[in-house]
Amino acid sequence: MSSEQTVRTLVVAEQSSGEPDAATARVVAAAAALGEAIEVLVVGSGAERAAEQVARLAGVQRVHCCEAAHYDHAAAENTAALVAGMAGEYTHLLAAASTTGRSIMPRVAALCNVAQLSEVVAVQGPDTFVRPIYAGSVLATVQSDDALRVLTIRPTAFDAVGAQEAAPVAALAAGEDTGLSRLVDEQLVSGERPELSSARVVVSGGRGLGSGDNFRLIEAVADRLGAGIGASRAAVDAGYVPNDMQVGQTGKMVAPELYIAVGISGSIQHLAGMKDSRVIVAINHDEEAPIFQVADYGLVADLFEILPELVEKLPRHES
Amino acid sequence: MKVLVAVKRVIDYNVRVRVSEDHAGVDLAHAKMAMNPFCEIALEEAVRLKEQGIASEVVAVTIGPKAAQEQLRSAMALGADRALHLEHDEALESLHVAGLLAGVVEEEQPGLVLLGKQSIDSDNNQTAQMLAAMLGCGQATYASDIRVAGESVTVTCEIDGGLRILALQLPAVISVDLRLNEPRFARLPDIMKAKKRPIESRAAQSLGVDLAPRVRTLRVDYPAERQPGVRVDSVDELVDRLKNEAGVI
Repeated sequence: MSSEQTVRTLVVAEQSSGEPDAATARVVAAAAALGEAIEVLVVGSGAERAAEQVARLAGVQRVHCCEAAHYDHAAAENTAALVAGMAGEYTHLLAAASTTGRSIMPRVAALCNVAQLSEVVAVQGPDTFVRPIYAGSVLATVQSDDALRVLTIRPTAFDAVGAQEAAPVAALAAGEDTGLSRLVDEQLVSGERPELSSARVVVSGGRGLGSGDNFRLIEAVADRLGAGIGASRAAVDAGYVPNDMQVGQTGKMVAPELYIAVGISGSIQHLAGMKDSRVIVAINHDEEAPIFQVADYGLVADLFEILPELVEKLPRHES
Repeated sequence: MKVLVAVKRVIDYNVRVRVSEDHAGVDLAHAKMAMNPFCEIALEEAVRLKEQGIASEVVAVTIGPKAAQEQLRSAMALGADRALHLEHDEALESLHVAGLLAGVVEEEQPGLVLLGKQSIDSDNNQTAQMLAAMLGCGQATYASDIRVAGESVTVTCEIDGGLRILALQLPAVISVDLRLNEPRFARLPDIMKAKKRPIESRAAQSLGVDLAPRVRTLRVDYPAERQPGVRVDSVDELVDRLKNEAGVI
């Protein structure tokens, strides 16, 4: 039976300019739930520097490092070919369910002629996993019959592993550049704020803000808490804020320690993106708003009066 | 250039899904079904490419039971020139769907294949990437803008933290996201006309793709409900509770 085969897991990590993505420590935690044999692959420009940090994640036994520019910008065709070429050595291939992981891993699975399981939120055994379907309204427990399991892991469902003495890092020869796609441009939203999907605190604004200018009120609260800023789809569609701030089924999935929803009614699609947050606060003038059904603390009030007072009374975030 | 669009019959996005009594799956009996919203966006883009004179023909394909022909009729009413039905009664996994679509691509030789980024039932977000791998061609996912010029296509992809613009050689496979376009509504005369148009239907098995299941669903459950919260009356009370009760600030 497949569950008796020796588990050997390869985690495909993401890095940018030598800095590993924060989700990596969470994907390694999912790998640790499978078994002790955990190796990590880091690719692209800066991979060598990122590998040094990844090697210090608790449980990692070996890091494969492929420093080559044709893996930059999540080049799915090149990266999938490299990973598929390594797959014979492993029983499980894992990556974060980020836009990068979700682009690469199905391609890897198809190259290996196996199924892929998306957005895994729990590991019940080497072949049994739990994953949300129907926008998270239902959780499916699924068993994979393939000898190689290719998974994307929802990072917020796993606690990041701690640190260890550095594991060995081995250089890996680059595969060919398939030349199937070429980067034209990348427009990243940079800033001092924590990334939405990894922030400890998220403050989100909705249609109730009334304008993009009024998001300054949200920013003031977020500054005070050192929080990431999110938005509902309604606020994005109204043009208040750019779409990469959207929290929900069609945007980012977040699960911070504290989620503060301001002027957000709480559509099903928004709730799907934040209902796993540890503590949820809702501030809305409409006491019938569905957001109050998932909120731990609800405040029925005019946000324009409340937010300045909140900024004043919140303790200042110490970074 | 021919454009192939895959469309899927799924539960309507407004329907609240119910777990069956034996927890073996989701109860779909009598549920309202519709075209997957992301597939509608893919179809709309294909039709717009034809209207711009870039696409010469839009071919819609679906894989599913006989009832899925309803979605092909919708596709034709919305502007698809031809409709292909690969009939199969059991649910299929993304790997199977991609394999069958690869077979259709072999026969039809489209310059571009457009798919929704995911279906709203299984939420896999895999088929486009798998199809691209099987065809050995380039892929772009989460497209919010598509521009075809000569032998290549430039695609704006929505990624975590921003946008990435990729250029792919044709043929290519693209999965589309919500902001690519706003699909039109079908006009009544077009709906009536689509009813009389032929659908090229055959058994999915006839393509010779291995359709044996790889993944079994052991059970489905509702996620744990959150405990009901409390209403607070003032900012002071909120800050106090966040600090001293929840311990999050």
